Order: sequence, then C-alpha cells, then structure tokens
Amino acid sequence: MNIVVLVKQVPDSGAERNLRTDDNTVDRGSASNVINEMDEYAIEEALRIQEAHGGEVTILTMGPSGAAESIRKALSMGPDKAVHVVDDALHGSCALATSKVLAAALGTLNADLVLCGAESTDGRVQVLPHMLAERLGVAALTGARKLTIDGSALTIERQTDEGYEVVTAQTPAVVSVWDTINEPRYPSFKGIMAAKKKPVQALSLGDLGVAPSEVGLDGASSAVVEHSKRPPRSGGQKVTDEGEGGVKLVEFLATEKFV
Amino acid sequence: MRVHPAALFGFDDLLTDEEREIRQVVRQLCDRELRPNVARWFEESHIPARELARQFGSIGVLGMHLDGYGCAGLGAVAYGLACLEMEAADSGLRSLVSVQGSLAMYAIRAFGSEDQKQQWLPGMAAGEHIGCFGLTEPDFGSDPAGMRTTAKRDGADWVLDGTKMWITNGSVADIAVVWARTDDGVRGFLVPAGTRGYSTRDIGHKFSLRASVTSELILDGVRLPAEAMLPEARGLSGPLRCLDEARFGIVFGAMGAALDCLETTIAYAGEREVFAKPLSAYQLTQEKLADMALELGKGLLLALHLGRRKEAGTLVSEQVSAGKLNNVREALDIARKCRTILGASGITLEYPVIRHAANLESVLTYEGTSEIHTLVLGRALTGIPAFR
Repeated sequence: MNIVVLVKQVPDSGAERNLRTDDNTVDRGSASNVINEMDEYAIEEALRIQEAHGGEVTILTMGPSGAAESIRKALSMGPDKAVHVVDDALHGSCALATSKVLAAALGTLNADLVLCGAESTDGRVQVLPHMLAERLGVAALTGARKLTIDGSALTIERQTDEGYEVVTAQTPAVVSVWDTINEPRYPSFKGIMAAKKKPVQALSLGDLGVAPSEVGLDGASSAVVEHSKRPPRSGGQKVTDEGEGGVKLVEFLATEKFV
Repeated sequence: MRVHPAALFGFDDLLTDEEREIRQVVRQLCDRELRPNVARWFEESHIPARELARQFGSIGVLGMHLDGYGCAGLGAVAYGLACLEMEAADSGLRSLVSVQGSLAMYAIRAFGSEDQKQQWLPGMAAGEHIGCFGLTEPDFGSDPAGMRTTAKRDGADWVLDGTKMWITNGSVADIAVVWARTDDGVRGFLVPAGTRGYSTRDIGHKFSLRASVTSELILDGVRLPAEAMLPEARGLSGPLRCLDEARFGIVFGAMGAALDCLETTIAYAGEREVFAKPLSAYQLTQEKLADMALELGKGLLLALHLGRRKEAGTLVSEQVSAGKLNNVREALDIARKCRTILGASGITLEYPVIRHAANLESVLTYEGTSEIHTLVLGRALTGIPAFR
C-alpha cells in the first residue's frame, strides 16, 4: 500500500506562542518548531500498516524551509522518503489554499491512503482532511481512533463526544487520526542516521502548476485581521460556603460548561 | 526572561544537528517513561530493569558508541549527551546504561571472539539481554590487581572461584563479564546467568543509587568451557580500558544530575516567596545560582572537549580522570547547594535534588574514587606515583 502522511511543522504548544505583529500570522521565527503532535500518530499508524501490509510511506509537508528539520525528524521514525512543498508565496495561506496545494502535490504521488492528524495545534480548524478528500474526489474518514485494513476496504472507528461511529470506505481515501489511535514510537538512533540519507524532494508552486495569486496572504479566503494578548489571569471568584456552597459550585461548573 | 544555564555558555551551538536530535530522543524518553516514576522507584528501591532495558534498547542507547552487531556506531559526544540526559533523570538509571554499554558490551566488542560478539551483542543492544561487569571484590576496589577470584584450568575447561562486590545490574544480568586471576595473568570470562555454581545476592540498605540494582556475584566452582574466555584481553589493562569508557560517560552524566538540580532550583527560587519577594530576588541566592551555573558551564565544556578528543582519538586516560574528578565533585557540590535553596522541600523526594545528591555520593567513589583520580593527576604532574 502506498501511504502518504501529511506532516505540519507547528510552534511547540508547550512553549510560548505568538502571532506576528506585522501580518498576524504565526510567529515561527521566535518559536521552537516541532512536528504537529497529532501527525506523529498518523506517522506511527502508517508505519504499522507498512509493517503489516508492505508498501511505501512518504511524508508530505507544506511549509517554509525551516520545516526541513521536522521532515528529517519524521523520517527518523521510519518513513521512506519525503516531499517538501516550499515556496515563499505560500506564507499566510488559508486552509482552502493549503488543501489546493496539497491536493496538487498528492496528484504526483499516487497514494492509496493519505493519513494525517485530525487537527494541528496552531490552526485547530480540523477542516483540511475534508477539503483535501473533496479536491481529490476520494472518501474522507476523519477523526479515527482505530483503523483496520482489509485489502482495499478501510474501516475506522470515528471518535465522537458520545462514543464512536464505525465508518467504512474503499481506497484511495484520506484518513485523519486522533491521539487515541496508537502510541508513537521514539525515533531510534539508527533511524536518525538513516534519515539523513533518505530522499527529500522539494516542490515549488511552479512545479505543481498552482498560481501564486491563489495562495498566500493575498489569496487567502480568511485571514486574521487583528490580535491581542490574552489579558492576565484575574484573581478568580471566591465562593464562601454559607450552607449552599455546593450548589454555587455546581452552578459555576454548569455555566462554564464543565458539567 | 531567563537564560538557561547551559545557554550562558552557548553550549548547544557546539553540537551537531545529529547530536541535538539524539539528545532530544533520549530526553523525550526520560520525560515520558522515567521522570514520572523515578522518585517511586528510588523510594521503593526497585526498578523494572527488563522493561527499562528494552525501552533503552528500542531507541538504540545501549552500546550506541560501538560499531556493528546491532549497535548504532555513534560518536563519543552523542554518547556523552545520552548519559547526561539519563543522569538528569537519575544516576542509577544512567548506571544501568553505562554498565551495559561501556563495561559489558564494550568488553565483548573489544576483547571477545567473533562467536561471542555475535551471540551477545545484538541482544544486548536491543535490551533483550542485560550485562554486568565483575571486577571489584569485597577487599579490592581501587587495587584490582589484588583480586582473589581465580580461574583454573581443568582439562579444556575453566573453573572459577571467588566473589565480586558492588556489581551494578548483577542479579538482573543474563551475562556477567567476570575478571579472574589465572596462571597467565588476569583474564575475562563470560558467565551466563544460570551457570551451576554462579549466584547473586542483592545489596540492600542503600541510601544512594536506589533506582539501580547492586549485587554481589558468587562464583563457587563455576565450570566454563574454554570458549567462555575473552581471547583478546590479557592482564588488567583489559578491564581498565573498559572503566575508562564508563568514566567518560560519567564526565557528561554528572553534569546531567547537576543541571537537573539547578533547573529545579531556579524554578523553585523564582516561585517561592520569602519576606514578600521571590527567593531568587535575594543576592545571596543569586550568588549561589551564579556560582553553580559557572561550575556547570565549565563542566559541560570540559566534557565536550574530552568528547571531541575521544572522537579524534587523542583522549588520554589522565584527561578522563581530570574530567571525572572535576565534574562529579562539582555536581555533588551543586546538588548540595541547590538543597539549601530548596530548604526543607529539598529533603523530600517531591524534588529530585536530594535524590541526585545521594546518588552522586556513589558516583564520587565508583569508577575510580576521587582520591585515585587525584593521584592520577598527581602522578601526571610530578612523574611520581603516590598510590601506595
């Protein structure tokens, strides 16, 4: 099976993250950039499928030149090769434009299965897998907590707030996964060394036949127009128990939608 | 805005991308698998050694600096950084890795026959087999030449008798590298667990390295075939070369324990308020922190320098002694000083500091005591050996 895993480089969600003051895009320069956490689960799932069914695993990344570091890290987990779509004109692209570029890149890769994380920790819009499947004209199996493969038949358990749904489709398909699906492996030292020798193909917009005007900040269907820092944490709200403290606590939790 | 103590010295800029990636993998494994559990393991004086060995093996840390036979063949600095990260979690866990890779596996790799290498190294690299290294005896630590364990010929076989003491990984080891006196000088032997006459006894009541297995090896008429001997090691220089390997890892490792103490302490002092301002705002605290950062930085740079020399093949034994003596001594001093900043909290296992301090007491005297390393330097400087 020919598997392509979408990997996005994002600012580390565990560290301080900022938007740029000039164009309101993610500030990658000052951030510690890492593989989007959910994508590591997609890589792991791809490797497990490869171990069971054979085939090839390719990493596909769209991002600035600095994303090469995350590509190498992804390759150190075990995939065979990578494609890096890199073009200055892509800066500030919206999800629609991203799906267009990725669909164009996938057009060159002949994938039976496209795996990706269900969301990225920076954008968190969760729409990309659907858009991509639509553009490719293939099935979208999204939000999987389990994936089983029988020939060309794919079955996922789609994680929902209440439980899960069983959804099936035939390859080719796009499958997005949550972090409940597996436990990603650590890259091994041998993997780290081998990754340096694995092929990484760089593609520009020109290579993909996508016009610069269709992507980037200028071509974005949505953009952040303004942003401000979250106000500092206030002192909180003190509930004095005068016999009805429990009720007040429950009311607070209900108002805040914790229960 | 705070600057990380290692960043004061621009330490990371001296590393290659590959070295940083390897360090990151070890750090991730330590953060996820070790740190959440290590205080409990220390308190209970019990580690899941087999499971840990497999986890360490899965990333390739066991024998990572050796070539072939399932080993990654990485450089000395990458190995040192792995030791640093492991020891930042716990010296006892780093000891498991050091003994496996730099003592047991190194001995087999350097001195073993082709059959011995093929039989043991791939499984040890994967963490399926655990090794230990039996040199020290109850009465002979700094003076291994006095060892009483003997190996006598009986036909083609060897028969080993004696006792080895303070052996890390002893009771959990599948294979023991045992050094014994023969008519032909000191020779090394591979003793598989389960061999008749070979037994182990754990050393309990430790207040240091509690997250590490320490045992006594008892050899009572252990009969081994001729091919159990390591063919390429003759005399004490064999085991001493292994110890130089392990010591090199400690030069980095000790700085890991120190760094963990210092990071913990800087965070604590920034939050802990005394007389209505953070402890870190007091000049006495800042002096301690600055002094500790200086020693940490110097120790890191020394370790890295020795690592680069090792990679270049120019590292000599006296330099390893200098590194081990300095870095363990300073790490212990840092751990104790950090403890004073943490106050009473510093004596609990809620913070890693007292655990590191207790562990470093062992690190100070194992793999060559501070006194012996001091005398090694004394001999180098004066040309006069003053050991006895």
